[in-house]
Amino acid sequence: MEFTADQLKIMDSIIARYPRSRSAVMPLLHYVQAIDGYITPRGIETISKKLDIATAEVTAVSSFYTQYRTEPAGEYHVGVCVNTLCAVMGGDAIYDSLTDHLGIENHETTKDGKVSIERIECNAACDYAPVVMVNWEFYDNQTPQSVKDLVDAARAGNPPAPTRGPKKLRTWKQNSEVLAGLSDGLANEGVSAGGPSLLGLKIAKGEK
Amino acid sequence: MTPASKLTPVLSANWDEKDSFTIEGYKRNGGYKAVTKALAMEPDAVIQMIKDSGLRGRGGAGFPTGSKWGFIPQGDNKDHYLVVNADESEPGTCKDMPLLLANPHVLIEGIIIGSYAIRANHAFIYLRGEVVHVFRRVQQAIEDAYKAGLLGKNIGGKGFDLELTLHAGAGAYICGEETALLDSLEGFRGQPRLRPPFPAIAGLYAKPTVVNNVESVASVPSIINNGIEWFQAMGTEKSKGFTLYSLSGHVNNPGQFEAPLGITLRELLELAGGVRTGHKLKFWTPGGSSTPMFTDEHLDIPLDYEGVSAAGSMLGTKALQIFDETTCVVRAALRWSEFYKHESCGKCTPCREGTWWLVQMLHDLEDGKGTEADLTKLLDLCDNIAGRSFCALADGAVAPIMSSLKYFRDEYLEHQRNGGCPFDPVASTVFKTVGA
Repeated sequence: MEFTADQLKIMDSIIARYPRSRSAVMPLLHYVQAIDGYITPRGIETISKKLDIATAEVTAVSSFYTQYRTEPAGEYHVGVCVNTLCAVMGGDAIYDSLTDHLGIENHETTKDGKVSIERIECNAACDYAPVVMVNWEFYDNQTPQSVKDLVDAARAGNPPAPTRGPKKLRTWKQNSEVLAGLSDGLANEGVSAGGPSLLGLKIAKGEK
Repeated sequence: MTPASKLTPVLSANWDEKDSFTIEGYKRNGGYKAVTKALAMEPDAVIQMIKDSGLRGRGGAGFPTGSKWGFIPQGDNKDHYLVVNADESEPGTCKDMPLLLANPHVLIEGIIIGSYAIRANHAFIYLRGEVVHVFRRVQQAIEDAYKAGLLGKNIGGKGFDLELTLHAGAGAYICGEETALLDSLEGFRGQPRLRPPFPAIAGLYAKPTVVNNVESVASVPSIINNGIEWFQAMGTEKSKGFTLYSLSGHVNNPGQFEAPLGITLRELLELAGGVRTGHKLKFWTPGGSSTPMFTDEHLDIPLDYEGVSAAGSMLGTKALQIFDETTCVVRAALRWSEFYKHESCGKCTPCREGTWWLVQMLHDLEDGKGTEADLTKLLDLCDNIAGRSFCALADGAVAPIMSSLKYFRDEYLEHQRNGGCPFDPVASTVFKTVGA
């Protein structure tokens, strides 16, 4: 099946952002994931035609970066940080309890297609450890129980809001569209900064 | 002087305001005044001012920012580019993401000034892809800056044109290395380039390019606004100014602390409420996992470029990861090694193959199956990896291993004597008392 005329037009607008078209390969791959849920053969072929490069060159790029998937992600893609600091602070325990709870392993998706999981590397939120990312939104200061509750609520269609993010968690595909550079208008939602980010400032102002 | 009175919030000064990330919020606190000031100066004068300020790169290497700008050949009739490295992925590093979430306009203002100085008409922000809300904030800020006439054609009526493009990465630590970042931005696999030529001569699309860290560029507007003397009044002799220190791990109150360069961990720990109550400091990284670890012997080292270097490590990203005595240092080194193995781009054999070997050996050691001879072999392996690859990922990969062996050699051997890891991982978790 072909992409729609509107989708192809959006791809052209992504290419137009760059002085040289090939630079658009990464946002185009994010956009393919926004439509198809992973990097599909039709996505590879379309990017190859649009950028006038071989399909093998597109695949070479998509296979290098871990965010590009070879299989569909769940509607809610849960990344548990297991880099050293988060792992030590509880990330390992969170990951173990989550795999037990869902009955799936790293890179797998639950049968209902709702939740997929991934062991992720440092996500630049170490002062909020242990950190879990859902659809690449911050869920700070997690525990094994809070993450089990989170995925249960997500499977029931009612995930809690990210700690530092929009009021309502968007799906993995919707967030992939944001990464392709297509605004969803939610930038003004959520806090400016979380507590730990403000700690030094508050001490300096004599508020703590 | 108490540690609290040392703090100097500049970049973080408005983070506690609800709309700090909006253009209105930024302007209310004096935002975009530095652009007006800079555009009234000659571009070379802007470069000179940043050189004279002593500002050094905040992304890890500490290279003088103004000198980097000065390396761009002028009058060469070529396009120039400014590329901001917002690929923050070094384990422990968590300063640029909160900065961009709370105050993206300070980066954009720095980009306008920097681009004007190096005479670039197109700038890029390469933001790691795993932070969607940060992407939203930066994108909105760019849109609003265009609407306000701060980006686009004829900025401020001064005849200066600048396009700014936000680009999402897709989960590759190596793209934080500047030449890998450029390859990635050109639409290739992110693999480091051989230097020379340096990006200043042949960077993005083989054109003269400056690659700067987020915090470095974001520090520029304050220098333009307040002057060199103001900036130099903070910091130490060769490490001028303020910077973001990030404390994480086994401290009572982790967080961000903006302070003059040269503050010590002892002072920062006091601000963070100390090491987790009832526990004591065991080891810490001064600037992310790629910087050799320190112990409780190093509490009073001035955390500036020279001080940390003289003590055998690197200031890096000022990512202070604190681990108490419940943490197994072999487990920590193993996990970091798994990270480097996963993130090695595969270009250079010593790193691609060596990191796999490191992980295998450390697994055995952690499981109590290693011998004393293995420690010698491990160090030998490290010697054959560090300094033998295109980029610093390989050097970073051996840093936790070599430094932990230096300070905790016996702990490695204790694993063998014990027939396995002598530590209880539950004891290190934050929720051990609140119930898992």
